[in-house]
Amino acid sequence: MSTTSELDLASPAPAKASPARSRRGLRGNSTFNFWLFTGPFLIGLAIFIYVPIGWSVYLSFFEARFTVTPEKFIGLDNYRHMLTNDDFVGSLGTFTVFAAFIVPTTWALSLGLALLVNRLRFMRAFFRSVFFLPTAVSYVAAALIWKMSIFSGVRFGLMNTVLSWFGIENIAWLADPNPPWYWLVIVSARLWLQSGFYMILFIAALQNIPAELYEAAAIDGAKRGWQTFRYITLPQLRATSTAVILLLLVAAYQAFDEFYNLLDKTTWGRPPLVELYLKALGENQDYGAGSAGAVILTVLICAVTLFQGRLMGFGRGDESK
Amino acid sequence: MSAPSNSNFSRRTALRAALGLAAAGGLAACGGNNGRGGGSGSGVGLNQYFHAYGEAGTEQAVKKYAKAYKDANVTTQWITAADFENKLFATLLTDNAPDLFEFHPQIQMVRSGQVADLTDIIEPVKDDFNPADIASHTVDGKTYGVRMIDDPQFFFYRPSLFEKAGVKVPETLDELIEAAAKLTTGKVKGLYLGNDLHAVINPMIWSAGADTLDEKNQIAYHTDGVVEGLKKMRSLFTSGDLLLGAPTDYWDPSALNQGLCAMQFCGMWAMPQFQQTLGDDVGVFPFPKVTADGKPSVYNGGWSMFVNAKGKNVDAAKEYVKWLWIDQKEYQEDWATSYGFHIPPRTSIAEQATKLKSGLPAEGVKLFNEFGHFDNIGWTQAMITALEDVFANCVRKGGDPEAALDKADAAVGRELKKLFG
Repeated sequence: MSTTSELDLASPAPAKASPARSRRGLRGNSTFNFWLFTGPFLIGLAIFIYVPIGWSVYLSFFEARFTVTPEKFIGLDNYRHMLTNDDFVGSLGTFTVFAAFIVPTTWALSLGLALLVNRLRFMRAFFRSVFFLPTAVSYVAAALIWKMSIFSGVRFGLMNTVLSWFGIENIAWLADPNPPWYWLVIVSARLWLQSGFYMILFIAALQNIPAELYEAAAIDGAKRGWQTFRYITLPQLRATSTAVILLLLVAAYQAFDEFYNLLDKTTWGRPPLVELYLKALGENQDYGAGSAGAVILTVLICAVTLFQGRLMGFGRGDESK
Repeated sequence: MSAPSNSNFSRRTALRAALGLAAAGGLAACGGNNGRGGGSGSGVGLNQYFHAYGEAGTEQAVKKYAKAYKDANVTTQWITAADFENKLFATLLTDNAPDLFEFHPQIQMVRSGQVADLTDIIEPVKDDFNPADIASHTVDGKTYGVRMIDDPQFFFYRPSLFEKAGVKVPETLDELIEAAAKLTTGKVKGLYLGNDLHAVINPMIWSAGADTLDEKNQIAYHTDGVVEGLKKMRSLFTSGDLLLGAPTDYWDPSALNQGLCAMQFCGMWAMPQFQQTLGDDVGVFPFPKVTADGKPSVYNGGWSMFVNAKGKNVDAAKEYVKWLWIDQKEYQEDWATSYGFHIPPRTSIAEQATKLKSGLPAEGVKLFNEFGHFDNIGWTQAMITALEDVFANCVRKGGDPEAALDKADAAVGRELKKLFG
């Protein structure tokens, strides 16, 4: 309403009536406009996100094999089954360790790339694009390239060819879990796919740091390089770092594509989502147990994220300063 | 809505309504594509699922047969994924489920009412089918699938390489391991069993004198012979004589054809491709016996047509299955022998199949008849996965066979209890 009156005051008297009147239709009913603009999105969100979540919570209390409209209520049996299922609990453990490794590694790599690209004096846009491009690659396509050409176990695989120059025997990177070379394959694929995106976030944050801070630091005698980085750059990146780590944590627990494609038919290196996929959509078609697992995983992700947010102060008012 | 109270029904109001409708319409449109296609509008539309066969011309053949059928418009989904069964099982629960599909006989699909009873279309020609193929598709006197092709699986080898290395065709698993060692040179590995070795699980169990389930549908794979076999497989896996991490899996003839290995576990289907590349320099032998009291074995796999009992056009789908896989013998022979080699499950067609009568194909047929084990309908995908985990855990990962088998017992037991009580 206040905008309308401001407009009235600013407008000359004769022209006031008709334009203000027709505008009032759109401006006056702000509740309706709110729903007009957010409605379609909310409907989509409800249908594709909240209904499935609600449905899987519902399914998790039923014996739902070979059906998604079950009738037999079994209470917490599915939860009991999933929590005593070694494969699922084991994969939660493995992927907590995986997250503890991959999150700092990706964070450090993307921050490093951002610092390097940001310091470039020429061809900055080129390198920024080069590092960002893998983000656009499908995980499945990347997994197949990693599996069939780079880390193929035969003598003409890229890595085996390189190793053979040094007289090293062919290695079955993915087929043989001892030693666990498959982690090398997965971690390299994941870093290649993901760090570019987080690098862009860091570059944006780096460009937001006021130059005066660096000037002031230089005047105060801070040395260029490590000292400036440690006491100016890093604290200034705190908000972005927190967000990046949060996203990485969620991504680590939600890992699926490259694991599913690289480690086909193994019993090792299965992320929780692959376990759930096999449980619910695989040959077992046990939607009840699968949903129970999904709920457990969601709760876990929420808990870890909230804990991390509290630890690093995500969402606090002063965090952007 | 505020529209009625508004005195002048402006174009903005109309626009709002239109926007709302468009948003709703856009969402509703999501359900429109069910993969059935428009077609010419004559007759019913049927949708069938096939896994992607590796041989050239197979997809065209399936579509050619479908086109020749006049009473329905049959569309084919050619599923290229390695996990055909996962995709099939998932879609069977939805409205986009195919009306008919190829798969292997598994009792859980019968128990859950997913596959239709096909007894009435098979009954008239029952005597023409291989009795084992009828038995493997029958539960309580009702037959649920029509076998299209039988695919025995065995080893292919290069006799010239055997001669050079002074190796004879292995008759025991120990001899196979020894042969693999002798045949391994700088560039050629002795043996290829596929990247996950899962293709040889059942043959190894049978060759150890055991079975997956016994006649009473109880666990029959947990024997000392199988444990011995698993330990031998582990020693083979770690010997360095096994080709691992090849770009193609066991069902593709590339590994042997490209000279990556001297022996490969594969199937009858790939025989034409082996012969084309290697000429006369290719032979076959069954999975050798694992224990002294064991017997060589061959897995007689294959594919069958099933009708989705929950589909919208069950009768039309049954008619199509009857037309193509019971009546059209010419197409059935074409399907079995023109692309890859498969053994026709029907005696009358098998007798006519001249391509399978001599040379290497005849040897394959002999192995099929002499050492073959057919599918057991009670052995379901969940149980197959349980034994795949056994192989993964103790052959590839080096775990204790007894512990791995105990774990499988629990999983298989859970499944058996659900299916047979």
